[in-house]
Amino acid sequence: MKPVKHIICMVFLSLSAALPAAGAEEQQPSLEEIVHRANQVAYYQGRDGRAQVQMLITDSQGRHRQRSFTILRRDGPDTDAVADRAYLGEQQFYVYFHRPADVNKMVFMVHKKPGENDDRWLYLPALDLVKRIAASDKRTSFVGSHYYYEDVSGRSIDADHHELVDVTDNYYVLKHTPKEPGEVEFDHYLMYVHRETFIPVQTEYFDSQGNKYRVARALKVETIQGYPTVTEAVMEDLDSGGKTRMRYNQVTYDIGMPEAVFTERYLRSPPRQYLR
Amino acid sequence: MPISILRALSVLIPLLSAAALAAEPALPTGLGGASEPELPAGMEAGDSGPPLPGGLGSGDEPDLPAGIDEPRETAAFDDWEVGDSDDTEAPLGGLTGFWEARAGHRLQSADNQRQSSLAEMRLELEKGWQGLSWSAKATADLVYDSIEDSGHADLETGMGWLDLREVWLQWRPGADVDLKVGRQILTWGVGDLVFINDLFPKDWNSFLAGRDEQYLKAPSDALRVGYYGDGFNLNLVYTPRFDADRYIDGRRLSYYNPLVGGVVGRNEPLSVDRPDDTGVDDEWALRLYRRWGSYELALYGYDGFWKSPGGFDPRSGRARFPRLRVAGASGRGPLGPGILSLEVGYYDSLEDDSGDDPFVNNDEWRFLAGYEWEVARETTLGLQYYLEAMGDYGAYRRTLPAGQPARDQYRQLVTVRLTRQALNQNLTLGLFAYYSPTDEDAYLRPNIHYKVTDNLAVEGGFNLFFGDRDHTFFGQFEDNSNVYTAVRFSF
Repeated sequence: MKPVKHIICMVFLSLSAALPAAGAEEQQPSLEEIVHRANQVAYYQGRDGRAQVQMLITDSQGRHRQRSFTILRRDGPDTDAVADRAYLGEQQFYVYFHRPADVNKMVFMVHKKPGENDDRWLYLPALDLVKRIAASDKRTSFVGSHYYYEDVSGRSIDADHHELVDVTDNYYVLKHTPKEPGEVEFDHYLMYVHRETFIPVQTEYFDSQGNKYRVARALKVETIQGYPTVTEAVMEDLDSGGKTRMRYNQVTYDIGMPEAVFTERYLRSPPRQYLR
Repeated sequence: MPISILRALSVLIPLLSAAALAAEPALPTGLGGASEPELPAGMEAGDSGPPLPGGLGSGDEPDLPAGIDEPRETAAFDDWEVGDSDDTEAPLGGLTGFWEARAGHRLQSADNQRQSSLAEMRLELEKGWQGLSWSAKATADLVYDSIEDSGHADLETGMGWLDLREVWLQWRPGADVDLKVGRQILTWGVGDLVFINDLFPKDWNSFLAGRDEQYLKAPSDALRVGYYGDGFNLNLVYTPRFDADRYIDGRRLSYYNPLVGGVVGRNEPLSVDRPDDTGVDDEWALRLYRRWGSYELALYGYDGFWKSPGGFDPRSGRARFPRLRVAGASGRGPLGPGILSLEVGYYDSLEDDSGDDPFVNNDEWRFLAGYEWEVARETTLGLQYYLEAMGDYGAYRRTLPAGQPARDQYRQLVTVRLTRQALNQNLTLGLFAYYSPTDEDAYLRPNIHYKVTDNLAVEGGFNLFFGDRDHTFFGQFEDNSNVYTAVRFSF
């Protein structure tokens, strides 16, 4: 039955694309809107935010590593509105490490700019050294976990072609195909976006043979200050069998963090009032 | 074209492509309903999450499938030792640090030196305190060192059983001002293991003997004032009593002594006259900086002394730290796929204005250009070019004592840093190399570092010096080439 349902769905979607006046799904948001709302919910909620993050990394042989850090985020635009991409703009991240012990008090800072390479800094407290880090490859592991830099800070909407391949009871199923296939390791990825909250509940990465090799899942969602928030998630590497679980504690939005927090001054002397 | 044909085509084409998809061996999971993901906790209908929309009531729809691979694993979080609570505070009452054992061995026998270059155990203890507008920190290394006598502790040189790394208090008298007073590690400038405007003390013994790279920076006893304005930022560091480098003095590592005309070790430890009159023999260091978009620019000034002996008193036979003033600038920012760094400094050797005093260093221009980028996944390459140009070179040559080898007017240096991470970033392979085409000498620092667990790390590496002539910068250290290994437990 499934292939038949699938074919019908494809036909329907193609038809509705070819004949825009079909009129069957008036309430359904446009593809563009789904893509942007999912992006906004995943990475841009509120004017700023803070979380204590714990990571449990399990390698293919079942060995565990832990990471613990505080992440501060601030958005340039003062709106969450998706219309006209108003929510998209500069964004700053400040990641203060607690564990493991050998990275205690290290700081990783990112200034994200749409359409440009990120600016990244690393502060090494034992040397009082502020390093700039080249940001060329965003699809390398973040702190040795199965998450990539891009998974943590968001992949540019404009880097992919988007298709709505299915609409189910709960999900809009999106297929994203990279515009520059040479720059990424995947052929495409599917995203299950919850229809009510626009939370990307599951993201599946496929290689060029059509094999699914990497899956990100939201495990727990809590509504915090009115924002539906993923508070537990996992990233699995299906090839190696390794995975990383992430837990977000003490999530707070709209703290009113000034932009100055994301400067060299606060790399050298961390902003305690926002980290506690 | 008639509308009907268009419609027929639009129906036909997707049918064809859909048929092609269905004919493939395996439809990607997720396109079919069976492998649709389960809603996460907190989103179940009837839970606190919103119910399913009315028009899409679940009556005629299939139920949500069970979990994809396995049941929910929330229980697995129970074995996380860290709880939900604020864990910014470490265990042991906020005491952090590490225990480390480190040993190093010379690769060839050196006259007047032991075969062993490192043999020590170190316990670093660190504790922080903080209030709303202030914070404080103390870091102390307790050291058992079997190479150098660790009987008594010399806090200035870090020798002995106690190396006090940090004891400082920081507070914020106003929104734009930070003050930090006490023993602290200070670093600025854009060079990678090459320093121009960073005139804070370095520990060359640690660096060349194979201690962790963090020990290259020796602490300063200083007051740091930071002003952070809208247009620019200012850092001013006042050190009331000169903090010299922990320079190579022959006791652990051999060096070239021009008086002897050769390389000497423990038989001829360098004796120095160190300026140590508090409030008089002081140092000022200043940095004015700001960021324009992705680019950082800075101006620097320094007033103090040559940090490693830069002069010699022929009457006392002791090495000296002549007066030094430095002005410089740096810039850093992205270029193409990497980061470009530029730095320049003018070393004004105040006690030898015309360059004709053979016992005091001449003025120098120093220039650095660096570029670092990711050449492959988990692999970064950094290249630097460094130039040291001596001022009044004619006067230097004219007054150079007979029989002493002359330095070149231009000393060039190229550095390469290659870093590769593997095994989920638990294994780091690194190489840092200095090569001087003018001095024809080199210094290689290969290193391998592996994190066995989150707390336990092992490392090993070499410090390899090459050079045909005894008096060049790296050539003089040839007898100190060593291999080292260490194990560190962090907590």
